[in-house]
Amino acid sequence: MRTDASGARDAVRTDASGARDAMGTRDSPGEKPDSAVVRDALGVGVAVGLSGFAFGVTAAGGGLTVAQTCALSLLVFTGASQFALVGALAAGGNPFTAAAGAFFLGVRNAFYGLRLSQLLALPRAVRPFAAQWVIDETTAVALAQPTRRAVRIGFTVTGASLYALWNLTTLLGALGAEAIGDTDAWGLDAAGPAVFLALLAPMLKGTVERTVAALAVVLGLGLLPVLPAGTPVLVAALAAPAVLWARGRRGREDAR
Amino acid sequence: MNVWIAIALTALGCYAVKLAGLLVPAGALERPVVRRLAALLPVALLAALTAQQTFAEGHALMLDARAAGVAAAAVALLLRAPFLLVVTVAVVVTAGVRAVAG
Repeated sequence: MRTDASGARDAVRTDASGARDAMGTRDSPGEKPDSAVVRDALGVGVAVGLSGFAFGVTAAGGGLTVAQTCALSLLVFTGASQFALVGALAAGGNPFTAAAGAFFLGVRNAFYGLRLSQLLALPRAVRPFAAQWVIDETTAVALAQPTRRAVRIGFTVTGASLYALWNLTTLLGALGAEAIGDTDAWGLDAAGPAVFLALLAPMLKGTVERTVAALAVVLGLGLLPVLPAGTPVLVAALAAPAVLWARGRRGREDAR
Repeated sequence: MNVWIAIALTALGCYAVKLAGLLVPAGALERPVVRRLAALLPVALLAALTAQQTFAEGHALMLDARAAGVAAAAVALLLRAPFLLVVTVAVVVTAGVRAVAG
């Protein structure tokens, strides 16, 4: 569930040109054995796929049925959005604000898709099927590969292993949570925030990111007592454009 | 029923943005400000969600065992622990503090 977004973005330019150079020259220095690509992909797919267990437990502990929990992993398949939706519903948010928060978290996948569509060069007919696997982890693995063949293998193996395991462990987690009953007694209500923190940590590299995070925390907690459930998170999201706007303004003033 | 509505909306919305990325011509979303905003939006949302799920109980703020668990997860992250271990540490510490505090 973690992706070094900006690092991946920096890497993509060289990767993209590397992939183009390597087309046709099969023994170029950028070549990487298929088995090495598969090993990288499985490493990520298995490690992250297993954390579907935490999602299954959290969702079932938050009051969702096993069917609802599994439907989320099968149909939404982007971890942060799934955790956010479950958290918002458990806190009593209405379905529209809950879905809005989950949706905004998923918007980043559109930008991954942009990168991937250049690197994968998929036929248009295949894209609707590949789309469901466009997430943090498949992007991170795919962007790290040197050739188009390796990009395609990396994307497919990561996507398939992660999708299969994430859904299997979601089911096991949901069934487990039903079996143990009071999930809070087992500390499982801390799994959700820990997941968010683990996703957030690698993004907090610069002053801008930290300022946005700090402002979002203040807004999210400060508005909690006064706004309907689910909406404080949406207002906190405004920290991102607010900080960008303030910096842009300051940049213009400095330039004068 | 409400839960199913939320699931359906989230599934449709999240699939649509994934597919949009693969289908729209490169360049359409390439304006620097759009990219910057897309990178910062998850930072704001994840920070707010982390804080809320650590300190919120309904509409009230409270300090309980979860804070200890999430703090332990933060330490694990600083020590570069893998994802699954970070989550496990949070769960175990929270359960431990609850058991001790009774």
